Amino acid sequence: MQDLGIRVLFMGNNFIRLLGGLWITIKISLISVVLSIVLGILLGLLMTLKNPVTKAVTKVYLEFIRIMPQLVLLFLVYFGATKAFGIQLSGQVSAVIVFTLWGTAEMGDLVRGALISIPKHQYESGAALGLESSQIYRYIIIPQTLRRLIPLAINLTTRMIKTTSLIVLIGVVEVLKIAQQIIEANRYTVPDSALWIYGAVFFLYFLACWPISLLASKLEKKWKN
Amino acid sequence: MEKSEKLLEVHHLRKDYGNGPVLKDISLDVHKGEVLVLIGPSGCGKSTFLRCLNGLESIQAGEILLDGHVISGEKTKWSEVRQKIGMVFQSYELFPHMTVLDNILLGPTKVQKRKRPEAIEEAEKLLERVGLLDKKDVYPRQLSGGQKQRVAIVRALIMKPEIMLFDEVTAALDPEMVREVLDVMLELARGGSTMVIVTHEMQFARAVADQVVFLDGGEIVEMNAPEEFFGCPKTDRAQKFLNTFTFEKEDEKAE
Repeated sequence: MQDLGIRVLFMGNNFIRLLGGLWITIKISLISVVLSIVLGILLGLLMTLKNPVTKAVTKVYLEFIRIMPQLVLLFLVYFGATKAFGIQLSGQVSAVIVFTLWGTAEMGDLVRGALISIPKHQYESGAALGLESSQIYRYIIIPQTLRRLIPLAINLTTRMIKTTSLIVLIGVVEVLKIAQQIIEANRYTVPDSALWIYGAVFFLYFLACWPISLLASKLEKKWKN
Repeated sequence: MEKSEKLLEVHHLRKDYGNGPVLKDISLDVHKGEVLVLIGPSGCGKSTFLRCLNGLESIQAGEILLDGHVISGEKTKWSEVRQKIGMVFQSYELFPHMTVLDNILLGPTKVQKRKRPEAIEEAEKLLERVGLLDKKDVYPRQLSGGQKQRVAIVRALIMKPEIMLFDEVTAALDPEMVREVLDVMLELARGGSTMVIVTHEMQFARAVADQVVFLDGGEIVEMNAPEEFFGCPKTDRAQKFLNTFTFEKEDEKAE
């Protein structure tokens, strides 16, 4: 009786289904991260401008996205858009939209921080050597900015993967949803399967995030000035 | 000292950030091979003056000439002029993501488009001269302050500038590292380099200078040969400034 719980995990194609769910999770995260990086770099550049209008708009956007719980944003896009504009968005598309909105805000702030953290004197000592402004950016500023940015962007990916567990609530069948289905299906025959199945999900999240976060801290150490 | 040709001329320079002049009416000449030392209290404008010389600060009036050509005009191509004017900063400002050698090579290969092997050869020669050849492949973070500053000097020297500007280059250093940097500068001076130096090291100023310029409140208060300036300054303000560097025992004062 005791080891029944773990048997559910390997019953039929349960484990393969879990992996399939994990793939949905990772797919949504990756698409959102790539979009967030591209849009976040643009946002970050906008945020360093001295223009008061762009400053105010980007600030409001950043604060709004950060204060709003991601779940509320998900509901707003998934249910709200359908009702208000009559657009039928699938759960996965809604998820990508919300996580891109959120990731862009986070990434934009990281880009802004990395850019302003380069001391003014770095520009000046490049200029004092006779480098043109474009060369100063190419050889001095951008390489240093990227070194600060890449580990942070990788960390954002792991946060994104974790947060996607919320999309179960708008009906996307990802790793957590499949886990619930498996548990439901075996509720009567194996009542204690929840521990094992959720344990497996925990382990899968860990397997997905741990190497990424290792890579981030390794790069961070390597590029520390 | 025999006067050679004028390398750098400054006529009636005025610098104003918009709330009163920082530099009022500065005129001076630097001759080829001459070492000019600028001293004065903090905030007197000496660093600002240095930064005006290579266009890091704009000027509001007056003009600056290098080799007889005006370089303070609107149309100045600073990227060209700055190749002739080397500058070393107080905070070293090496590029942290590049090795020592790459820091030094950036100027010659990207700005002057020199061949890399030739530039490497010269870089190594210069590093050897300042005693840092064994550090060529390390990153700036692995160097002490004094070593960083010597690399920064080499980085400026490899451009073969006609004149070198030193902006309080020992001010951020621990006392025991000041010497190694000043020795490099002394050697450059003996080798005939033209230099403008802003410093708080009075003994060094006395040893290295051909001409001492004392700035206070944004104007030149006294300009003199070092022996006279440090021996018996003509102005009260200079005397008062120099007094802040000397300490006397209580009983000696009483005499």
